[in-house]
Amino acid sequence: MAATPAVLTAAPPQGKRRILVATAVMALLLAVAPFAGIYPVFLMKALCFALFACAFNLLLGFGGLLSFGHAMFLGTAGYVCAYAAKSWGLPPELAIALGTVASGLLGVVVGMLAIRRQGIYFAMITLAIAQMLYFFYLQTPFTHGEDGIQAVPRGRLFGVLDLSNTLVMYYVVLAIFLAAFLFIYRVVHSPFGQVLKSIRENEPRAISLGYDADRYKLLAFVLSATLAGLAGATKAIVFQLASLTDVHWSMSGEVVLMVLLGGMGTIFGPVVGAFVIIALESYLAPFGQWVTIITGVIFVVCVLAFRRGIVGELSAWWKARSG
Amino acid sequence: MQALFGQLLIGLINGAFYAMLSLGLAVIFGLLNIINFTHGALYMTGAFCAWALLTHLGIGYWWALLIAPIVVGAFGALVERTMLARLYKLDHLYGLLLTFGLALIIQGVFRNEFGSSGLPYQIPPELTGGINLGFMFLPKYRAWVIVASVVVCLTTWYVIERTKLGSYLRAATENPALVQAFGINVPRMVTLTYAVGVGLAALAGVMGAPIFQVNPLMGADLIIVVFAVVVIGGMGSIMGSILTGFGLGVVEGLTKYFYPEASNTVVFVIMVIVLMFKPAGLFGRER
Repeated sequence: MAATPAVLTAAPPQGKRRILVATAVMALLLAVAPFAGIYPVFLMKALCFALFACAFNLLLGFGGLLSFGHAMFLGTAGYVCAYAAKSWGLPPELAIALGTVASGLLGVVVGMLAIRRQGIYFAMITLAIAQMLYFFYLQTPFTHGEDGIQAVPRGRLFGVLDLSNTLVMYYVVLAIFLAAFLFIYRVVHSPFGQVLKSIRENEPRAISLGYDADRYKLLAFVLSATLAGLAGATKAIVFQLASLTDVHWSMSGEVVLMVLLGGMGTIFGPVVGAFVIIALESYLAPFGQWVTIITGVIFVVCVLAFRRGIVGELSAWWKARSG
Repeated sequence: MQALFGQLLIGLINGAFYAMLSLGLAVIFGLLNIINFTHGALYMTGAFCAWALLTHLGIGYWWALLIAPIVVGAFGALVERTMLARLYKLDHLYGLLLTFGLALIIQGVFRNEFGSSGLPYQIPPELTGGINLGFMFLPKYRAWVIVASVVVCLTTWYVIERTKLGSYLRAATENPALVQAFGINVPRMVTLTYAVGVGLAALAGVMGAPIFQVNPLMGADLIIVVFAVVVIGGMGSIMGSILTGFGLGVVEGLTKYFYPEASNTVVFVIMVIVLMFKPAGLFGRER
């Protein structure tokens, strides 16, 4: 088959003001959500995954690189953070920072290996390295194998905020999420983000224009890994648990699904995708294996008929209507 | 000594499965440019086919070797025609995502139906027992699996590299439009290639049924190792994937003997090393 250019369905350009207004609305809705009768633990879980999905989208949607092993960053940060908070007794802000940095460093190493190949190979390599780390965490003593690191203390943030209060914890998670979300928005709309998109669209041309494509891809990979780590570390503090679930390949698949369903290459897509998938899993939990089947069906439907995802389709519809 | 030869044998057996599965992946990748994530799930389906044939219809192992690949191959042809064929014009990653979704569906359905504990499958009576070679005890069934998989691999290699049909296939891999212009029905060839590729996975599944327990997740972890095997070998040559498959199986077996803690990860470590020095894989070509 002839070489097809590496173009994943690109996002339609969105107005800057509209995005900022939408972000403000989203922040407001999330801020009042616990008072609207939505279970805060569910919201925190969804926010952690939304951050994970946004981090992943930075790489897939804007860099065109499909990593099939992103769970390794979520899980590594979770383990490091949980261990630091529990065994070393570090305060939560330091534990989270340490976990995030650990994933960032892992991202440097994995990124340097993985960007040597492209497309399908990139996906297979990241998947294989993640599986290797899964076996490592399964066997190494500090993670406690199948049990995971349990009863991680939430502690007091900066020595002041008592995180064992669910509502306080929720607003801390929300703050972390919003900060990371705005950071990603900034990155995507910076000159760096533009070059990254140009590499996604046509790598040889970007190289011929003098851009060192590999360096841009590596930086995108490391950023994505670091932010995924932030999500994993926060999640470990919220649920007071770091376990093998977070490093398993099915977790890597799940984040791909969230981004695909929400709309890759859109700013809000991953957030919508994460909330939909987490809600689905919560409601379908009693039905056992049906979750896996339905997840699979959503994958197939998205790929065959719905490649722009929820947000992508909505904004295309909006543009067709107003344009 | 006994233990060393025992682990070598297990390594060779695993290598046989790596080789058969990576061969199917390579053939499919060559023509369709799709990494078939369902490969592991269809390997598992092949094993379940054998189990169901025996349990419900009383049809034994030897017929299962023929029937299971045909059933799975037909299913593969259906999937290719109805779903994969719509994706060829898009980025290859969509093929990966679609087949990943299909793998989840297949595994979920089987787990709903059969739970996640394994089902036993008897070794056919002709192959029970073993031969004492003096330095080790060789179970007949395991010897059969190694010999049979070598024959399957070499046959596939012969068909692709040495026959007319294979030459069409290789030509279509290089330039499908031109081959179609010569009056060869390329879409049909693509369907058949996919069917044969997944049929190979099902055949491996039947052969694996008596060794590993028949289990809905038997293919899920295996396929990730096979991906690493494919990255190490590179997809350039058929013989390359066969040799890499067997070779890595043996290396894994030796690791189990000398340093068991690393036996799960050794293939991935080798992949990392190969990537550092030969990014295209041992037998691959840069493209």
